[in-house]
Amino acid sequence: MSARKPYIRSMDAWWLRDSFFVRYMLREATALFVVAYALVLLAGVVCLARGPTAYQAWLRILATPWSIALHVVLLLVFLYHTWSWFRIMPKTMSLILPSGKHLSPALVTTAGLLAAALLCIGLFLAVRL
Amino acid sequence: MTDEPRKIRIDVLRYRPEQDKEPVWEEFTVPFTDDMSVLQGLQYIKDELDGTLSFRWSCRMAICGSCGMMIGGEPKLGCKTFLRDYYPYGLRVEPLAHFPIERDLVVGVEDFIGKLETITPYLVPREARTLEEGEYLQTPAQLEQFLQFSSCINCMLCYAACPQYGLDPHFTGPGLLALLHRYNADSRDGASAERMQLVHAEEGVWSCTAVGYCSEVCPKGVDPANAVNQNKTASAMDYFLRFVAPKGTDK
Repeated sequence: MSARKPYIRSMDAWWLRDSFFVRYMLREATALFVVAYALVLLAGVVCLARGPTAYQAWLRILATPWSIALHVVLLLVFLYHTWSWFRIMPKTMSLILPSGKHLSPALVTTAGLLAAALLCIGLFLAVRL
Repeated sequence: MTDEPRKIRIDVLRYRPEQDKEPVWEEFTVPFTDDMSVLQGLQYIKDELDGTLSFRWSCRMAICGSCGMMIGGEPKLGCKTFLRDYYPYGLRVEPLAHFPIERDLVVGVEDFIGKLETITPYLVPREARTLEEGEYLQTPAQLEQFLQFSSCINCMLCYAACPQYGLDPHFTGPGLLALLHRYNADSRDGASAERMQLVHAEEGVWSCTAVGYCSEVCPKGVDPANAVNQNKTASAMDYFLRFVAPKGTDK
């Protein structure tokens, strides 16, 4: 008779086991904030469809101190979200060019962040002008 | 040197299936020198303090991949980790996470070996050649496409770093997907269409959520997260290209 009795450890609270996992969960949790802001924008679109009074009311809500505080929090979370997004971008592509040369992961991340920043600035200017 | 050797506390998670219901911590005090690895610390325990302690080891130089264990909570090779780095606080040594414990620091590897057999981990020549036709030639650039991924020593540290494997052991896992990519990315190989069937499956690359810890813990500088995630692109391309090309693509 076999004396084997393999013991399987629990995965409860696995994400607290290592600081790397905590950072990973934070990165994933930022998606919830993206959903929250999408709902804010969706409410704006619905109000716009309902007419000028509803749209003005939505704009007034956006200008309240609570809303501004929420937007500051959302902005900070979005910055982390963007940074974490581009940080894993090098993992999603071949870093070895057909010539056999290696691309540096940091270069890919920096290029992604720069492109995102330029697009945002361009969009902001296009809306303001 | 006449100095008394320093002493360090090593807490080992023990499990003796014939007597323990669950793993228990046991404390040992080990004299050590600056050049002693954690593996040597365990060997001291086995030789001098408690001969019943079980652990796997072989080469002592980070090439056989036998002595993977959790050291200070992180997946590491016992032979490549030094006791001096944990002085004076001491260290905790546990069997590799996410694998069933057989005894003390020995884990069950049947699942890993079983999957290893399914990925066709060898070259299947793209075209048959006779001896007279000579060897299969490859340029340095073609070699670079897979060289990094061929450094895997099957130590399974990346599996202990992968919560997705811990939560669902059906996942093929980082190391084997990196090894699979090593053969698929080889210009001489002709079996990538078969291997891609494993990649496409939910237990293939799609179980990965890009935690990325696998690449951090690899003792040989392999980047399994890169192999897995670039194959998500390949798998998605294959899915969409079948509408254009009737047989899809190989990669």
